[in-house]
Amino acid sequence: MAKRIGIEVSLAISEAVKLANVDAIAAYPITPQTHIVEHLSELVADGELQAEFIPVESEHSAMSVCAGTSAAGARTYTATSSQGLALMNEILFIIPAMRLPVVMTIANRSLSGPISIWNDHSDLMSVRDTGWIAIFAENGQEAFDLTLQSFKIAEDHRVMLPISVNIDGFTLSHVIEPHEFLDQAEVDSFLPPYEPLVQLNPDKPVSMGMVGIPEIYFEAKKAQDMVLIESKAVIKEVFKEFGEKFGRYYHVIESYRTDDAETLLMTMGSISETAMEAIDIMKDEQGRKVGLIRLRLWRPFPHEELRELLRGVKTLAVVDRAVSFGSPGGPVATEVRSALYNSENAPYVASFIAGLGGRDVTIEHFTTMVDMAERMAEQREVHEYKMIGVRE
Amino acid sequence: MAKNFNEMTWKEFDIAFMVTNPGCSADYRTGDWRSQKPVTDKSKCIKCGVCYLACPDDAIRLAADGTYDFDYDHCKGCGICATECWTGCISMVEEEK
Repeated sequence: MAKRIGIEVSLAISEAVKLANVDAIAAYPITPQTHIVEHLSELVADGELQAEFIPVESEHSAMSVCAGTSAAGARTYTATSSQGLALMNEILFIIPAMRLPVVMTIANRSLSGPISIWNDHSDLMSVRDTGWIAIFAENGQEAFDLTLQSFKIAEDHRVMLPISVNIDGFTLSHVIEPHEFLDQAEVDSFLPPYEPLVQLNPDKPVSMGMVGIPEIYFEAKKAQDMVLIESKAVIKEVFKEFGEKFGRYYHVIESYRTDDAETLLMTMGSISETAMEAIDIMKDEQGRKVGLIRLRLWRPFPHEELRELLRGVKTLAVVDRAVSFGSPGGPVATEVRSALYNSENAPYVASFIAGLGGRDVTIEHFTTMVDMAERMAEQREVHEYKMIGVRE
Repeated sequence: MAKNFNEMTWKEFDIAFMVTNPGCSADYRTGDWRSQKPVTDKSKCIKCGVCYLACPDDAIRLAADGTYDFDYDHCKGCGICATECWTGCISMVEEEK
C-alpha cells in the first residue's frame, strides 16, 4: 500500500479523477468547490492528464457539456456547489433520464438566502428527486476512494446512471488530511476503460433524448426508478470489490459501536467524526447504550439495510443538515420515518436539524440530542422536528 | 415498428428510450387527426401533377391511369392540393366518422 500523503481534500479528489483517466471535464468555479477544477486544469495543462478541459460560462452549461460528452462516449466529470448545483437543476433531470454515467463532486454548501458560502446539505436536498445516485464521504480518504468507485458504479451496464459524491464544503474540501493514494496500476486493475452501452456515433446512428408522448412517458419513469433502485446491488458489489482489493471497506450505511445500543444517532457527512467522539464519551465515561449509524448512500435510499440495522433499537435520533420547509421533519428523518412506517418494533424516530449554514455541531449538541430523543421516546412525544444550536 | 408504443411495457423499450433503429413517418399513420379530406372528380383531371408536386406530406400517389390518388394514412387535410389544382377537380369534404 502506498504511503500516506498530506494533501488538501479537493486536490486529492482531483488526483482521483486523474487516476480514473477521465476524457472530459466541464469546469465552472464556485466556492467551495473551486480548488477541485482548478487543480484539474493544472493537471491537464501540465500534460499529466490527457482530457478535454472545457471551461464554460455557467453551471447550466457545465452540466449541458457533461450530457454531450458523456453521450459521445467520454468518461465525464464535473464538480459544483450550492447555487451552481441549483443552476444545473434543469439538466440534472435529463442526465439520469438519458442514462449518462456522469460523476460529479458536490462540495455541499447552503443555499441563499441569506447568502452563505458555508456548509450544510440544503443544496443536495434541493435536487433530491432528480434521479442521481448520491453518496456521502466523511473524510478525505473516503472522498478519494468514493470518487474512483463512483466511475465504476456509474458505468456498470446494469446501472448507467450519474452519481454525485458529496463532501462537506470547507469542512472537507479545504482541509489538509493524510491520504493513502492508489497508484495508476492499482486503479487500472479496478477501473476498466469506459465502455458506453449506447453512444452517439455517425456509423451507427441513434436518437437520444426523445419526446415522451403520454403513451410512453409513464413507462419511461418506471424504468428509470427501477434501475436506480436496483443500482444498490451494484453499489454494494463495487464497495466489496474495492475492499477486497485495497483493504478499505465501504457500506451503504456505516455503523459505529452499535452492538447492544438502544439509542442510535444517525448522521450524514463529516459531522459524523464529532458524533463518534460523542458516542465514545457517552459509552466509555457514562456507560450508556448508544451507537452511531452514518448514511453513506442517500439515493437510492437503503431501506432494507436500515431496517436490519435498527433491529432491537428503541430510539433513533436523526440529524439533518437541511430544512425541508413546511414538512414534518428534516429530509433524512422524514425518509427514515417513511421507511419504518408499518414495520414491526420500529424505533421512536426523533428529527433534529443542526449545523445549518456552517454552524458548528459540537459533542455537547450530540449528547443533548441523545438525551432529548430518549426523553421524547419515553413519553412517546409526537413532534415534527427540533432545531439544535439555534438561539431561541 | 414491431409493436405499437401504447402496447409496450416499461421493460420492452431500449435504454433511456433511445431510438436505435432509424425509421421515418412512413411507419406511422400521421393523418388520423384530419378534419377534412380531398376528393377528386377524375372526369375533370388533366393529369398535370400539380397536386402531386404541391403536397407537403408526400401523400399523393400516381395511379396506373395517370391520374392521382390520395394516401389517406398520411394526408393531414391541409387543402393545398385543392387550392393549387388548375382545373378545380379536387374539393375538400368533411371527414366522416
